[in-house]
Formats: sequence, C-alpha cells, structure tokens
Amino acid sequence: MSIEVSSVGKRFGSFVALDDVDLTVADGRLTALLGPSGGGKSTLLRIIGGLEQPDSGTVRINGKDATRVPPQRRNVGFVFQHYAAFKHLTVYRNVAFGLEIRKRPKAEIRARVQELLALVHLEQFADRLPEQLSGGQRQRMALARALAVEPTVLLLDEPFGALDAQVRKELRDWLRRLHDEVHVTTIFVTHDQEEALEVADELVVINQGRIEQVGTPADVYDKPANDFVMGFLGPVTRLAGRLVRPHDLEILTSEAPDTTPAEVTGLQRIGFEVRLTLDAGAEQPWAQLTRGQAEDLRLAIGQHVWIRATR
Amino acid sequence: MGNRRSATRLVQRTIALLYVAVLVLVPLVVVTWKTVSPGPSAFWSAISSQQAVTAFRLTAEIALASVALNAVFGVGLGLLITRYRFPGRRLLSALADLPLSVSPIVVGLALVLVYGPVDGWFGGTLHSAGIEIIFSLPGMILATTFVSFPLVLREVVPVLAEEGIEQEQAARVLGANAWQRFLRITLPVIRPALLYGIVLSLARSIGEYGAVLVVSGNVSGENQTQTVPLLVGERVQQLEPGAFQLAFLLIVVTVLVIVLVFLRRRESESKHSEPPAVVPDDLALSADPAPAALALNNVASNDVAQEKGGLR
Amino acid sequence: MSTVVEPATAASPARTRAARDASGAARLGVGSGLGLGMAVLWLSLLVLIPLAAVVARGFTGGWNGFWDNITDPSAVRALRLTVVSSLLVAAINAVMGTLLAWVLVRDPFPGRRLVDLIIDIPFALPTIVAGLVLLAVYGTDSPVGIHLLGTQRAIVLGLLFVTLPFAVRSVQPVLMALDTEVEQAAACLGASPFTIFRRVVLPLLLPAIASGATLAFARAMGEYGSVLLISGGLSRTKVSSMYAYQKIENFDFPAAAATATVLLAVSLLVIVGLDLLQRAAARRG
Repeated sequence: MSIEVSSVGKRFGSFVALDDVDLTVADGRLTALLGPSGGGKSTLLRIIGGLEQPDSGTVRINGKDATRVPPQRRNVGFVFQHYAAFKHLTVYRNVAFGLEIRKRPKAEIRARVQELLALVHLEQFADRLPEQLSGGQRQRMALARALAVEPTVLLLDEPFGALDAQVRKELRDWLRRLHDEVHVTTIFVTHDQEEALEVADELVVINQGRIEQVGTPADVYDKPANDFVMGFLGPVTRLAGRLVRPHDLEILTSEAPDTTPAEVTGLQRIGFEVRLTLDAGAEQPWAQLTRGQAEDLRLAIGQHVWIRATR
Repeated sequence: MGNRRSATRLVQRTIALLYVAVLVLVPLVVVTWKTVSPGPSAFWSAISSQQAVTAFRLTAEIALASVALNAVFGVGLGLLITRYRFPGRRLLSALADLPLSVSPIVVGLALVLVYGPVDGWFGGTLHSAGIEIIFSLPGMILATTFVSFPLVLREVVPVLAEEGIEQEQAARVLGANAWQRFLRITLPVIRPALLYGIVLSLARSIGEYGAVLVVSGNVSGENQTQTVPLLVGERVQQLEPGAFQLAFLLIVVTVLVIVLVFLRRRESESKHSEPPAVVPDDLALSADPAPAALALNNVASNDVAQEKGGLR
Repeated sequence: MSTVVEPATAASPARTRAARDASGAARLGVGSGLGLGMAVLWLSLLVLIPLAAVVARGFTGGWNGFWDNITDPSAVRALRLTVVSSLLVAAINAVMGTLLAWVLVRDPFPGRRLVDLIIDIPFALPTIVAGLVLLAVYGTDSPVGIHLLGTQRAIVLGLLFVTLPFAVRSVQPVLMALDTEVEQAAACLGASPFTIFRRVVLPLLLPAIASGATLAFARAMGEYGSVLLISGGLSRTKVSSMYAYQKIENFDFPAAAATATVLLAVSLLVIVGLDLLQRAAARRG
C-alpha cells in the first residue's frame, strides 16, 4: 500500500520538526528513514501513523486522504522503540489485543496469534508476562502484536535502538527476512546508517526537518546528494577541498598526475584495516587501506607519498 | 576505635528506641489496658448502643461516599494533569495538594461559610430549595472529601507519569477507542496505586474529627450526626463510658492500614532494587520532562512522609 | 509557583526528544475539556470557593476589622502558643527524626522493621483517638505518674506525637540512596566519624530534614483533635484552631475566619516553601 506525504510541516513551539516534506513510499517496500537525532524522522513516522497531527500538508495511505483519520482507524502497525508492551497482559494477550478490539471470533484470534507467535519464535512464551522476556523478545512480541491486525503499513520507530549490539544485529537480519516473507509496506526509523544500508530497500535521509535524499542504499552511498548525506552515511576526509571516503584514497610512492604530495604522520593497524594519517600541507587527510595494500607500499612514518581520490 | 563506634551506635539506638517507646508504645499499651480491663460486657455495650451503631453506619456512609468521589476525581484529574497540556495545569496540580495542609477547623469553617443555611454564600439558596448541607450528611461528606481529596490523586499521578503514554498509544494504533484504552490499559496499569490511594483515603475518611465536627453540629439523639470519632470525643468530654472501646476499634483499623501500607512499600522497594530489564532510557520517554517533573514535583514533593500523608 | 514551560527551541537531540514527547501530552479535546471543566468545578465547589469565603469573611470588616480580630489578646495568645509550640515541635522533629532515620537505615538491629512500622501509627490514628491516647497516659489518673493535663508541655507532646514520622520519612529515603563511598572516601582522607557526619552526610540530608521539619510545622499549626483533650480546655493551652472553633461555636464568624485566614496563609507559605526546597534539592541532584 503506497504512502504519499505532501507538503507536511510540523512545529513544536518555535522548533521546526518538519519543513514542507514530500515523500512517496512505494507498495511493499522496506524503507528506512535515516538521519541524526532531532532531524524529524520520528515525527514524520508518527504523522504517518496518526500519533501526531501535521500543522500543514496531507498524508494519503493507499490513495485515500488519512490526514485527519485518528490512529485507531488507520489500520497501521506501530512498533515503539521501548516496545510499549502491555505490562499487565501475557504475551498471548498482547498479540491478541488488536484482534480482541476488532471483536474477531475467539477461534480466529487463537489461530492468528499462534501463527504470529510462531513467526516471531515466541510460541513457548505465550503465557509469560512481558517483564519475563528479554529486550529482543519483547520487541519481537511488539512486532507480532503490530502484524496481528494485518496492517496496511508497518511503522517501526527506532525498533532496535534500545537493544545491545549483538541482539540488534540478529533482529536486523531477521526483520529483513520477515519482510521478504510478509511483504507489508514497512517504514522504519533509525539513526544508524549501517542498519539502514543493510536492511532497507530504500533510504530516505532526513536532516533538520528536510529530506536530503531518497534512493537505494547503493545510490545514496555512492552518489550522495550533498556533503551532509556523504558525511552521515560513512567516514569522510577532505582532500583538495573536496570530501572523499578514506577508502577511496589511493597512495602512491612516486609522483603522478592529479596527485597531492603528503607526508605520512601516523600508521595504525585496526584488525584487517590500516589507518594512515597524512599531512598534505593545508589539509590533514586520512586514508583507509587493507593490510595487504599497506604492506605492499612498505609505508613508514615520515615517508613522502602522493595521494589522489579514485572516486 | 571499633569499640567506641559500636558504643556510639548503641547510644544512638537506645535514644531512638526510648523516644519511640515513650511517645507511642507506652500510650498504646495503656489504651489497650483501659479497653480490656472493664471486661467484655463493657466492650460490648460500648459498641452496641443505639448511638454507637448509628455512628458506625454514618461513618461508613460518609467514608464510602467520599472515597468514591475521591477515586473518580483523583483518577480523572490525574489523567488530565499527566496527559494533557492546558494553561493553569501546574496551578491546578498545586491546588489539588492544598487540602492536606489546611487545618481541619479551617476546612469546616470554609464549608459552613459557603453552604451554611443561615448566611452561607450558597446555603440560603440551597436551604430555600430544601437542600440541607451543613449539619447534615452532605456537609459531612464534603468535609471528609475535602480533607482526603489528594490521596488518590497523589498515588495515581506518579504511576501515570512513569508509565507514560506509549502503552496507550500502542493500544490506539491497534484500534482501541478512548474508553477501551482506559479500561484495558490505563486502569490495569494504575490499579495497585489506585487501590492503595483508596485504602489511604478510606482510613483518613473514617478518622476525620475537626472538619466533620464543625459541619455536623455534633448532634446526638434523633437526627444524629455523630460519627465514630465524634462520639469518642463526646464520651471523653462528657465523662461517659465507652470512649476507649470505640477508640480501640479505630486503632485496630489504623494498624491494619499501616501494615498494608508497610507491606506495599516493601514490595515496591524490592521491585525497585531489581535492575530494570528495560533500558533506563524508558523514563526519558515517559513524558516530556515538564509534565513529569511538575507532576512528580507537586505530588511527590512532600516526600514519602506524605505518602501516608492522609492519615490524620 | 507556575512557571511557564518553554517549548523546545534548540535542535539539540535532548531538546528535540522532549519536543516530540511533549506532543504525547495532547491538547484538550471535547471529552477531556469537559472532564477538565468538571474537575475544576468540583475543586472550586469543594476547595477554592470555601477557602475564598474564609478570607472574604475574615475581611468583612475591612483591613481594620481583620486586624482587630487577629490582635485580640486571646487570639494573639493562641497564635503565639501555636507558633511557638509548632516551631519547637519542628526543631525536635528535625533532631529526633534524623536520629531515628539514621538508626533505622544504618543500624540493622533486630526488630528494626517493627519500629519502622510503629513510627507511622501516631500519625495515622484518628486525631481524637491520638488525643485520647495521650490523655490516658498523661491525664489526671496517669498510670505513669506524669500529669500534664492543661499544660503547654502537653500541647507540645501531642504535636510531637502526631508529627513523629514527618522528618523520619523525609530523611530515610535520602539516607538510603546516599552513596557510602563518599563517607569511605572521607574516612580515607582521615576524617573522624563525627566529622564525616557533620561535613559530608549532614549537608546532603539538610534539604530532606528541612522539608520534614516544615511539614511537621505545618501539621502542628493546624492541629486540633489530638491536642483538644489534653489541653484541658484552659485558655493558657488554647491553640489557634481551638480558638477558631470556639469562635465558630459562638457564631462569631468574622473572628473565626480571621484566625483561619492566618492559618491558611501559613499553609500556603509552607506549600511554596516546600516547592522551593524541593527545587533546591533537585538542582543539587
């Protein structure tokens, strides 16, 4: 189900959270809203979900104007960063909640909840209370709860933000696989560029209430629309007044056309990677080499080299 | 050094225990003795006289009515204060706390001045409409409700603020309307705090003396407006028998409530000492710092001391 | 008292988070607006209008009438007794409450839990029962041989009885939350136990002690039932609330209201004072 956001604006007092935002999300895609904290991405998600009212503009879900439709009638699934588990209800009842509200027959509810618990691998936890689950399990329960009502869109607000690195990584892969199975139009908010690059079909980079760029992960990474996007998606360094990725710097031991002379000021090995800090007079760029590259070049501190950007 | 320290500790402990014993324990023992020594038949006649039975009934009616009012308005006002933004919210939350620190005599006088039949602001009009408030049940309910007004509210507000709105929002997205959200999410979440507030409010309502004394006119006999505490007061002052027996019953009720409160406090302490399974960041999300801080500020401001603040 | 909360203005993460969450607290809709209306109406009918009536009646004779009423010699005597005993009670509470809290938190003697529980009893008792309890022990036929009926010491004792837990319950949680490493650090720096208490612990406890003592003071100022019986109904032991009640019984409402207005003003001052104390404590962290 497609989502069209047109000219949406939202302020909190004098703070502009969203400034005239337009966005179209295609049917069945997994889209990431990526940006720094306070950039407006969560506000946009909450406006799509109906938890927030825009000051101006419209939201259309599946072609219908949903701007003033309250969240309880939008049929969206929403997953909160801190799970928003119903603490007094068991896992089973949490997942069944939306179906109970919709007054579905008991048998249907039972079947559907079982199916979803299986999907999120929580069958054996059906009778537990949320406080007896780990963070990752709670978030899977929240996801099952959101999916139970067969939402037209699934919205996830920093869904893995409160989890530790290991669980985060697992859940990320799992979300990708889940989406491939379920195919519901999904938007998730994250400030972690690695997460966005890894999971999403499409990236929407948001900063200071504006959309900076929309595209596939490869597009956005390789052809950033501006310095902000470039800087946000990965490490950057400056050479000849231009931002480049440190792994796109080529190091030469003899002079060549379009190169900048520099002196090696530092060499640091971090696992398979070697970090090279350089002094090029006006600039102090740094480069990222593989161990093999660094060994071939036989680099040493104080050595004179020539550098150029390959992209 | 070690000896001196343990000696200091022993002295401190002895002073503290002596203070509590002299102030509390000795008096309680004496009262128990004075209740028991006249024998069981004196006890029975003290609590079964027409006057006593009426006082019991009256006290129960008043307590139930004011607890119901406080529960409804406490939860309603708590929701408004924690869930909505409106001008004057802070002031409202401060005012709601006021009744706890007003002298009971002032409370009684205040109600008489507004609802008194002779020259109260509204009393004259109500009187000519046939509605009597002062010197009858409604006034006593008003006085009792006034003095116990914040007790439910101040129990419920911190829970509402701490739990935040996420669960309610989640229910909303899942299709629940306002009433469904209240019944299925909010009420279960605040239930322990609500029950606790109700217990405190009940204990306070049963025991109120000064405020009820002023608005009731302390009438005995026909059209009796004497509650149990008023009857205790009268029996002592008129040197009638049976004051200690009634007082003893009230002491038993009080101690029961205290034990209940104590158990609950222990329970919540042990709950809090466990490391939270959810990242502490949760709290940051509970509500914007302003309402949380101000709600807690006003309601928790008076500290644990006022956790039991109501039981005067 | 009510400071306007500025909406988030800066784009710093913390501020924006606040802005977003603030929106969780919604503006009033029809239903909630109606609810607010009802709550305010109820609060007005029950609390605000009656209290306003007290002040209004206190000033029926204008400022001069009010002044004459509160400077009436017996009103002054009652108020002086009330203030002096309340201050005394607050001071004793500050000391004994801190000691009790200290012993309850730091000295794990057997029966500690029981003492912890007993402390709440006097305060939770119906006031008239508290009064009767004291009368039974210190009245005319005192079983312990101490006769205080009709003395000002009896008033102080009654007030101490009902305010027993205030300072304890205010200091106790702060003491429990206190990091003992600070004291250990001071000990390693050579401070004696007494010095540690005076220079390290006490400053941290002061806001809690002050707020406990203030609460005790407020409660003592308005107390009626618990001191009524032990006062013996004498004029030298008449506190302000008894004075006000006596005026009510004589249908001298302006005089009762004038004294009540003074008591009310004290209550308001205490609320404001506690709010300030609380903020001071919060700023310290």
